[in-house]
Amino acid sequence: MSITYLEAIREAQAHLLREDERVFIYGQDVSGKFGGAFKATKGLAAEFPGRVLNTPISEDAMVGTAIGAAMEGMRPIVEMQFADFSSVALNQILNNAGTQYWRTNIPCPITVRLPSGGTKGSGPFHSQSMEAIYSHYPGLVVVAPATVEDAYTMLIDAVAIDDPVIYCEHKYLYYHLKADALPKDRLPIGKARIVRPGRDLSIVTYSAMVHEALAVAKQFSADGIEIEVVDLRSVKPLDTDTVLASVARTGRLLCVGESFPWGGATAEIVARVATEGFHLLDAAPARINAKDTPIPYHPNLWSEHRPNAKSIAAKARQVLAE
Amino acid sequence: MLQTAKRAGDSASHKAVPHERYLEAFRWMLQTRIFEDKLASLYRGGMITGGVYIGRGQEAVSTACGLFLQKGDVLAPLIRDQAARATFGEPLLNVTRTYLGSRQGSMRGRDGNIHRGYPEAGQLAMISHLGAMIPVVVGKLLAKRMKGEEGFVGLTTIGEGGMQTGATHEGMNIAAVEKVPFVLVASNNHFAYSTPNDREFACAHLVDRARGYGYEGHQIDGTDLAACLEVIGGAVERARAGGPPQLVVAQLLRLAGHGEHDDASYVPPEMKKERWAQDCVALTEQLALKNNWLDAEALKQWRTEISAEVDKAVETAQREAAPVGSEEDWCAMSTRELVDVVGE
Repeated sequence: MSITYLEAIREAQAHLLREDERVFIYGQDVSGKFGGAFKATKGLAAEFPGRVLNTPISEDAMVGTAIGAAMEGMRPIVEMQFADFSSVALNQILNNAGTQYWRTNIPCPITVRLPSGGTKGSGPFHSQSMEAIYSHYPGLVVVAPATVEDAYTMLIDAVAIDDPVIYCEHKYLYYHLKADALPKDRLPIGKARIVRPGRDLSIVTYSAMVHEALAVAKQFSADGIEIEVVDLRSVKPLDTDTVLASVARTGRLLCVGESFPWGGATAEIVARVATEGFHLLDAAPARINAKDTPIPYHPNLWSEHRPNAKSIAAKARQVLAE
Repeated sequence: MLQTAKRAGDSASHKAVPHERYLEAFRWMLQTRIFEDKLASLYRGGMITGGVYIGRGQEAVSTACGLFLQKGDVLAPLIRDQAARATFGEPLLNVTRTYLGSRQGSMRGRDGNIHRGYPEAGQLAMISHLGAMIPVVVGKLLAKRMKGEEGFVGLTTIGEGGMQTGATHEGMNIAAVEKVPFVLVASNNHFAYSTPNDREFACAHLVDRARGYGYEGHQIDGTDLAACLEVIGGAVERARAGGPPQLVVAQLLRLAGHGEHDDASYVPPEMKKERWAQDCVALTEQLALKNNWLDAEALKQWRTEISAEVDKAVETAQREAAPVGSEEDWCAMSTRELVDVVGE
């Protein structure tokens, strides 16, 4: 048996619906035989009648409704059709879900699934990575699984958390990643993972960029340069300890993110390492992000807009040469 | 279906509301007026930090919004709903605690004034973004249905200003799609802060939107307590009995500024002569006295009792400790092990 990243997300939801009667799925086109624009809920409506509900194209009201249900004791999972459209629901997510516990002492356990990131031909409004915006605001947990195993266990863990969780699932990984079986073990949300040990440079990244970083590390290894790759797994909270420990081993830091360059996760990591681990650095910390333009449609442009193994390798050489 | 209630004084609306109910509502209106006058005076005296927002002129509508709700129902009040909040179970002390900055109020100094909720009595804490509370009420009702509860209803209010947001549109629609027992009471108080109706919407009557959303629509003169009780009470009953969502649009004039910082000098004098621009508290009092449902002595007694309740709520809150920054639990999440820690 083999299971894809997308199937792991479906299986996690099936598991949650089976094990917890408070769980329901709320989103556009998630119900019926259709089972979602990406089929992440395929077959679930038939298996769990009344608990996989189609909604109107109303992202703001979808999240608002989920907030009310969560405050009433349910565990809603909202599927955004694309992460990009969650901008319509920003007000509910940031101002209502994110402030609820602080203001009222009432937990707001919603999980919002964001099909995120670029795939070729998807263009400016079906390719975005939104983790920086959600991490900036208080009150939210933001996760970005990079593996089939994490896609499964982190979604189950997300729904168990008593606070709002933004679950950024990468569309490029949906079909490209396969595992032999669903995982038996799990690393908790909030912990980063060293996915490849090294001694010369730490690449800290998350989501689909983990795989670009791994390709670079493999390529450099042939020349005797050992890159350590840290998969953050969760963007907020950010596992600063694991990052600092890695930089302590390598003395060099390169952060890679697929989202836009101003601020965001990569800037946050550089800031923390510079503030808390300046003495660990043998070279200036570096970062690489997508370009500061909307995400282009044409594959020739798209592949240059986001960081890729080639641009990451070039940046890594700069940091290593310092 | 479009219904228009007649005005009090017309025989039709009197029959529907027993005068005991009318008086019960009037006492809540009077309490709200006396209490909010006190809050405004505290604000002018510099005793309240932040804004004070009162519902002067909207007490009849707001009282009717709270009066028909029962334990297990959901109320999402907005900024002019002191009467609905009190009628549905929020003590005056929670209001004074919130306005005067006691750490013992339901918001503990973390949010202020009219943003407060009172979850013990089914009252949600509003956010300032108008229309945002509509789907939250829908979600509460949807969850209650999923849990097998029965006989509940959810009510929220809005103004003609808030009727124009995208969130209100999405929320009203999803309530109807989910077929939840929902009532939306919209007060057209004729100004979104300072902007008059002709720059707010271009339809003839806001209540006409009811049909477009699959709601039953009703419009009332919001200064007529009997009409408010009959129509809003009837809408709550219809929704509770399994009817479609209900939209009630009340015509009235906001008899105060947007907040107490605002002198409302933009209200044209001729508008104040409209029938719906009258003071509902004064009208209700006149009618109660005229019909001998209440005598002047009893009314005086009510005023004395209410003033004592108000003073006690103010004095108690004023004696209580304020929150202290150095002692605050600066944690926005209930899951402590997932709090992000930035080294400083």
